[in-house]
Amino acid sequence: MKIHEYQAKDILRKYGVPVPEGEMVTSLEDADHAAKALFSAGNAVVVVKAQIHAGGRGKGGGVKVTKTLDDANTASKAILGMQLVTHQTGPQGQKVQRLLIEAGSAIDRELYLGIVLDRATSKLTFMASQAGGMEIEEVAAENPDAIYKEAVEPALGMQPWQARNLAFKLGLAGPQINQAVSFMLGLYKAFVETDCSLLEINPFITTKDGKLAALDCKINFDDNAMFRHKDLKELRDVAEEDPLEVEASKDSLNYIKLDGSIACMVNGAGLAMATMDIIQYSGGSPANFLDVGGGANQQQIEAAFAILLADKNVKAIFINIFGGILRVDVLATAVVAAARNLNVTLPLILRLEGTNVEEGRKILAESGLKYSVGETMAEAAKLAVEAAKV
Amino acid sequence: MSVLVDNNTRLIVQGITGREGTYHAKSCAEYSKQFGNVIVVGGVTPGKGGTVHEGWPVFNTVEEAVKATGANATMIFVPPPFAADGILEAVAAKLELVVCITEGIPVLDMVKAWTVVKDSKSVLIGPNCPGVISPGKAKIGIMPGRIHKEGNVGIVSRSGTLTYEAVHQLTQRGIGQSTAIGIGGDPVIGTRHIDAIRMLNEDPQTEAIVMIGEIGGTNEEAAAEYIKAHVKKPVVGFIAGQTAPPGRRMGHAGAIISGGEGTAESKMAAMAAAGIHVVKSPAEIGEAMARVLGL
Repeated sequence: MKIHEYQAKDILRKYGVPVPEGEMVTSLEDADHAAKALFSAGNAVVVVKAQIHAGGRGKGGGVKVTKTLDDANTASKAILGMQLVTHQTGPQGQKVQRLLIEAGSAIDRELYLGIVLDRATSKLTFMASQAGGMEIEEVAAENPDAIYKEAVEPALGMQPWQARNLAFKLGLAGPQINQAVSFMLGLYKAFVETDCSLLEINPFITTKDGKLAALDCKINFDDNAMFRHKDLKELRDVAEEDPLEVEASKDSLNYIKLDGSIACMVNGAGLAMATMDIIQYSGGSPANFLDVGGGANQQQIEAAFAILLADKNVKAIFINIFGGILRVDVLATAVVAAARNLNVTLPLILRLEGTNVEEGRKILAESGLKYSVGETMAEAAKLAVEAAKV
Repeated sequence: MSVLVDNNTRLIVQGITGREGTYHAKSCAEYSKQFGNVIVVGGVTPGKGGTVHEGWPVFNTVEEAVKATGANATMIFVPPPFAADGILEAVAAKLELVVCITEGIPVLDMVKAWTVVKDSKSVLIGPNCPGVISPGKAKIGIMPGRIHKEGNVGIVSRSGTLTYEAVHQLTQRGIGQSTAIGIGGDPVIGTRHIDAIRMLNEDPQTEAIVMIGEIGGTNEEAAAEYIKAHVKKPVVGFIAGQTAPPGRRMGHAGAIISGGEGTAESKMAAMAAAGIHVVKSPAEIGEAMARVLGL
């Protein structure tokens, strides 16, 4: 689960990590009030920042540095409601519905801090780099030695010496060392106590008067751990997610929208990915990833159909089921009912295998439903690609 | 021979009185019974110790269950909030094999549990996996037994149904399997590709290996290096998620391309460089194996 920058900064504040003063607003009126308050408090600079879940907001024109209230209001007007296009939003962009009005900082250096799971060692890794403000992926690709790392022992947690190591490598000195240690230990604590899957401070800045601050912050949570964080669950902003994906999540369906024309409905994540792959291999393009899971019931199958049909790019539906726990006859009954209830007219291509497959085929054959059957995955994929071309 | 599970496996089920636990305890018992093996010897559900469930004795703790039944393996169906605890309990009871089926365990729970599991003598399979089957002997897991056939091809895969697909393709061609290991779709798992490959490589029954991976992490790359250096048996490989967009979790918690790491291209290139017969289409796994075996 992703959250906004202002929400992430609220979490950092709770863990004693310094962040610039600021306020989230959803109207121009509130934006004006917030900017006025910051200027009157003696801030020379106020920054207007679009709050969307995608990165690259600055380059897309979603962040403006202003020195007067008029400029701040002009910036708010330009940004609030805009379709912000960044390298992460896709060409259609994302509508800006929230702004963060924040006190500007007198930046001296821009650095980077991040915590991720290192899958090679199954430990959390604390990363630091002097190349702040850049995408860490680019730094990793071009100059991996520029990223300093400390592996954290899970039973002990991040240790002060590890934070000191990173602080000195970042070129910090004097009182900044201890400040940085407390900053990093705060980040680590926030990460484990809120079950993050990713925490990035980019840039992590030093100011001209020698202080440290998190100028930007990105936090993703581990979806699997949200059962123990009812408060954090409420930070979800469904306006930032694809509407069809939000719909799917209500029925516990694992759905990800893509831009192709062949919808797929599959049981199991690996087979669902493989089904997308074979569609492309056969010359078509998948419209989505959809794993209906091992215990899908009639209601979920119907909900899944409704979601696939709501995607206007879809020209054919490919159902690939390898019955294990999910019995093929149960699936077939659900497909027949859903296709009838929703009046499915698109070509339907089925590939069924596994538990109770004969019973399942019989149910389909007797249903009067129009569909084609591929005996193998390859044959079914070919049929789906041909059907989508018509 | 086969690996991990065979005629000597004595299995307990943690969470045996739950719906899933009951269903799959029975299915493991039924599968193994066809070959004259009693695999399931009891179960554990805290608070239900002393009762009998579907004919099996139920214990309050794993330790008690092991003492009373002589179990050497466990299959875990404990709900996600308590599953890492269940793994640690099984490891503390010194079970040789711990198969955790549960999907949805918080990553940080597994990070902590792993520090203990890695230094123990227990082999952890999963979590979030279909389990392990040695066709013609016994199974521990949720896979449909009847699609399998006893034979000489070992399988390792991060997925459930995609493994069934591969098994099906082999069986249809008359190619049997020694052991199929579903290692699980989570970012932190006990047995990785490299560990499973090592076991299959050392198993005299296994003559060839199918290695199925997916996007996310670099475990396939690590296994490819091992194969290049140590494995003479032919290996057929497939990577799922060639068309998956970066930054999106494709169902499995571990199936995500992030930080430029974990792409299908990188894995396929590393595998091809290791001499693995990599197929681009999941429909060609069986065919490719038939070819390398000269069938």
